[in-house]
Amino acid sequence: MGKEYETVIGLEVHVELATKTKIFCGCSTEFGKEPNSHTCPVCTGMPGSLPVLNRQVLEYAIAVGLATNCDITRYGKFDRKNYFYPDNPQNYQISQLYLPICRNGGVEIETKEGGKKTVGIHEIHMEEDAGKLIHDEWEDCTLVDYNRSGVPLIEIVSEPDMRSAEEVIAYLEKLRLIIQYLGASDCKLQEGSMRADVNLSVREAGSQEFGTRTEMKNLNSFKAITRAIEGEKERQIDLLEEGRKVIQETRRWDDAKGESYAMRSKEDAQDYRYFPDPDLVPIVVSDEMLDEIRAKQPEFRTEKMKRYKEEYNIPDYDIEIITGEKRMADIFEETVAVCNQPKKVSNWLMGETLRLMKEKEVDAADLRFSPENLAKLIELNDTGVINNTVAKEVFEVMFDSDVSPEKYVEEHGLKSVNDEGALRKTIEAVIAENPQSVEDYRSGKEKAIGFLVGQTMKAMKGKADPAMVNKILKELL
Amino acid sequence: MALLDMTATELAAAIKEGKTTAVDALNEVFERIEAKEDTYHCYVTIDKEGALKQAEAVQRQIESGELSGALAGVPVAIKDNMCIKGMLTTCSSKILGNFVPTYSAEAVINLQKAGAVIIGKTNMDEFAMGSTTETSAFGATKNPWNTDCVPGGSSGGSAAAIAAGECFYALGSDTGGSIRQPAAYCGIVGMKPTYGLVSRYGLIAYGSSLDQIGPMSQDVTDCAAILQTIASHDAKDSTSVSTQDTDYMSALEEDVKGLRIGIPKDYFGEGLDEDVKSAVLHASEILREKGAIVEEFNLSLVDYAIPTYYTIAAAEASSNLERFDGIKYGYRTKDFNGLHNMYKKTRSEGFGEEVKRRIMLGSFVLSSGYYDAYYLKALKVKALIKKAFDDAFSKYDIILGPVAPTTAPQLGSSLSDPIKMYLGDIYTIAVNLAGLPAISLPCGKDRNGLPIGLQLIGDCFTEKKLLRTAYTYEKARGAFGKAMEQTGKAAALPEKEGM
Amino acid sequence: MANIITDETIDYVSILAKLELSPEEKEQAKRDMGRMLDYIDKLGELDTENVEAMSHVFPVNNVFREDVVSNSDIREELLSNAPAQKDGMFMVPRTFD
Repeated sequence: MGKEYETVIGLEVHVELATKTKIFCGCSTEFGKEPNSHTCPVCTGMPGSLPVLNRQVLEYAIAVGLATNCDITRYGKFDRKNYFYPDNPQNYQISQLYLPICRNGGVEIETKEGGKKTVGIHEIHMEEDAGKLIHDEWEDCTLVDYNRSGVPLIEIVSEPDMRSAEEVIAYLEKLRLIIQYLGASDCKLQEGSMRADVNLSVREAGSQEFGTRTEMKNLNSFKAITRAIEGEKERQIDLLEEGRKVIQETRRWDDAKGESYAMRSKEDAQDYRYFPDPDLVPIVVSDEMLDEIRAKQPEFRTEKMKRYKEEYNIPDYDIEIITGEKRMADIFEETVAVCNQPKKVSNWLMGETLRLMKEKEVDAADLRFSPENLAKLIELNDTGVINNTVAKEVFEVMFDSDVSPEKYVEEHGLKSVNDEGALRKTIEAVIAENPQSVEDYRSGKEKAIGFLVGQTMKAMKGKADPAMVNKILKELL
Repeated sequence: MALLDMTATELAAAIKEGKTTAVDALNEVFERIEAKEDTYHCYVTIDKEGALKQAEAVQRQIESGELSGALAGVPVAIKDNMCIKGMLTTCSSKILGNFVPTYSAEAVINLQKAGAVIIGKTNMDEFAMGSTTETSAFGATKNPWNTDCVPGGSSGGSAAAIAAGECFYALGSDTGGSIRQPAAYCGIVGMKPTYGLVSRYGLIAYGSSLDQIGPMSQDVTDCAAILQTIASHDAKDSTSVSTQDTDYMSALEEDVKGLRIGIPKDYFGEGLDEDVKSAVLHASEILREKGAIVEEFNLSLVDYAIPTYYTIAAAEASSNLERFDGIKYGYRTKDFNGLHNMYKKTRSEGFGEEVKRRIMLGSFVLSSGYYDAYYLKALKVKALIKKAFDDAFSKYDIILGPVAPTTAPQLGSSLSDPIKMYLGDIYTIAVNLAGLPAISLPCGKDRNGLPIGLQLIGDCFTEKKLLRTAYTYEKARGAFGKAMEQTGKAAALPEKEGM
Repeated sequence: MANIITDETIDYVSILAKLELSPEEKEQAKRDMGRMLDYIDKLGELDTENVEAMSHVFPVNNVFREDVVSNSDIREELLSNAPAQKDGMFMVPRTFD
């Protein structure tokens, strides 16, 4: 390959907002319910029904705009995007084209080389999600479920500022954290509450002009995004090397096959005939409204990292990991607020929590144990009511179902036995039963004591305080 | 007085006083319907059983004192583009030929709360697109004043039903004159309220920025009572306006002293029928005699209203009617090959010619490359038209003019030339573009005995002033009379000449 | 007629509008649309250079709903008008390849 190419990437990121109700009607946004059980005349496009904007959607959209350094549009409108498809009950989607709520923003990402760069945000607009289409093999037809129809989305359109898959991932991670910190969405790629379409073109290195771009859809994991970017880059470079042209089109990524294919149809004119929706009135954002939303903005990651360092004195690495997930940071702060033991709380999060998350494939956003219970567990462990081994055992149960550690320890008889008399008796029996180990210890093999401790713990069903066992053993030997 | 000679408010008073009952009144209406409906064809759906049940229930509530409003117990007809829970609602279109809504229009709910007895749904131009009621998929309605003539449209069924005594009052909807023009042709009163005064929830949209539900009635008093009942702020309609002062009955006073009335000279130019012109000017003379200050002025931009309107209405309609696709409700074609073929066949078979014509035009003016030249341009001219009215209302309280250039044309004479038909909307259409209220009331008859309508236009939310002016005129005019019952051929109407 | 509507235009608009016109209807549509556009071209006589497009006639702004669930499950009602349904869903010709 003679020429050097540069990849130019822009993203269109759809984020499902964490509102209780849909964008234009009072239907619940709850997931996983019976098909069409969360629908009404508005979100099924019944004749004569009319939309009314959910205030929370506007507030979230503005909050995301402020957090990504956008200008907030003071006079905005909704537009209709007209296209026929069964997942779209009105055959138009209510969206924003002419006056989107936010414009001209950007976020800073760290590049591979360790530098910083800003990815520009062209605009953020509000719109409604579509319903779900399910293929019915038996009847060879499609079934439509409108539960997702009208769920609020924001679409964040970046400038073509990214040059590699790494930068794309860094940008997405940055957006995800900001939006999660705002509480505006849980941003789960796999579940579709965050979706990214990749606009990609290649050009000869050093060229100032953009090449023809394609739009890639159906990317639902960071891995798929990385693979799709690599695949599309190769495909476009191959075309150019063969002297052929890249066609501007929308392509669907098939992650299983590792290739994309064009989504084309002669019935699909791609002419959406946008015009202002006469059923919705303009949005006027006042200074007061902006101040109110600004006042509600949470502490973002950078500020949090700084504060953790000053306030809690825990290692930088721990801070990095804990603040990397909003839910983790929340658990940390709330637990510390109860027990005032930042280092210990951090250890539980960095150790057992991360281990179990990996083992059980649980997202941070789905962590279930409560800060109160974690604080209690630390206290039980600190005061010697349970030993470390038992504490880990109890934590695993808490991790799964957030049980009260006190109650669980009580019910399962897991308290350490601190009755010295009983312990002494057990140890005497262990010594009597293991003359060889006793001999070994006495002849200088210090390690042999470990075996005797183990045997004692076994006899005590793990409930003895290891320190005390050690102490008594040494005494008796 | 025979029951059917009463106005709606007179009937409600008689029921309240125990002189008659809601059930008796309804039975009389049904007798009339039985006798005349085959001739006039005012209704798409008649719900005899439901209406009787409703009448009985309402009668009990009136007797117990629960209901005492000005319309309690009175039978009403609803234009077939307003949803009523459990009642067929077709928009006079094949594509909704079997649609039974599971919810009711807010205006209908307001009427029901006030004790209205709903007779059924009236015929209309398909999706309210037309001015003759001839584009209905279920056949034309005839004008009770002369059955060779159209009743006007698109609320032609509602207007004819009132004129024929097949109901006491009705609801219509007005996007470009669809209440006022049939009211004029049928010799009744019709009012298009200020945009936003009556909720559009449950009104099947044609042009959402222009559509407005309004009263159609035998006289101005009924009109005020109906408006008072249906005007309400509705949280389900974002464009619904909250107004405190909806006591429209209190505006029914004979008093126009010092009222400034402007007559737009540009409403009396070429194309206006002489009989219509003289009747309307005569009405202005009556108001002058009653103490109003009447002046001529130039409204301007009159000729631009129609192209502006048809661009905007067609664009909105093309989008509003996309939901009729054979998936969720209504007609679906029998044989098709795949999804897009199903869409195309369903819509081509389900929509009539005029509807398709406007969908095509609307899709075109919004399409890539034409949006700025047509749609955006129309929105700008709309702003100019609004400004022309603002200027006029800085000088006048009321604008007075004709409703339509002619009286009711003959059946079958309008549809062949769409542009000529659209020109008939010249005096009504700008009112919708500017969101204004306007009322149409009878002010005379032409040489063939067909009713002529007087139009009074007010500034936004000045319905009271409008009603007071109309009421004053109506009192001075005296009884207008009911539709003549001509069975034979009326005198041949002269061809209306080029406009 | 100043505006000549071509077959291609009519075919294109038919795709957008999801309408299938017979050859006669197509000819009629070409004539009708051409005449209407000629008529609408009259708007070009007006200078609208500095005029703000008016999509909403009144200055009514910021109409919101609060984020509170107010609807219950009415799917049987909503499906009652469907031309075809299965398992609580609307049934349509297949959309998957």
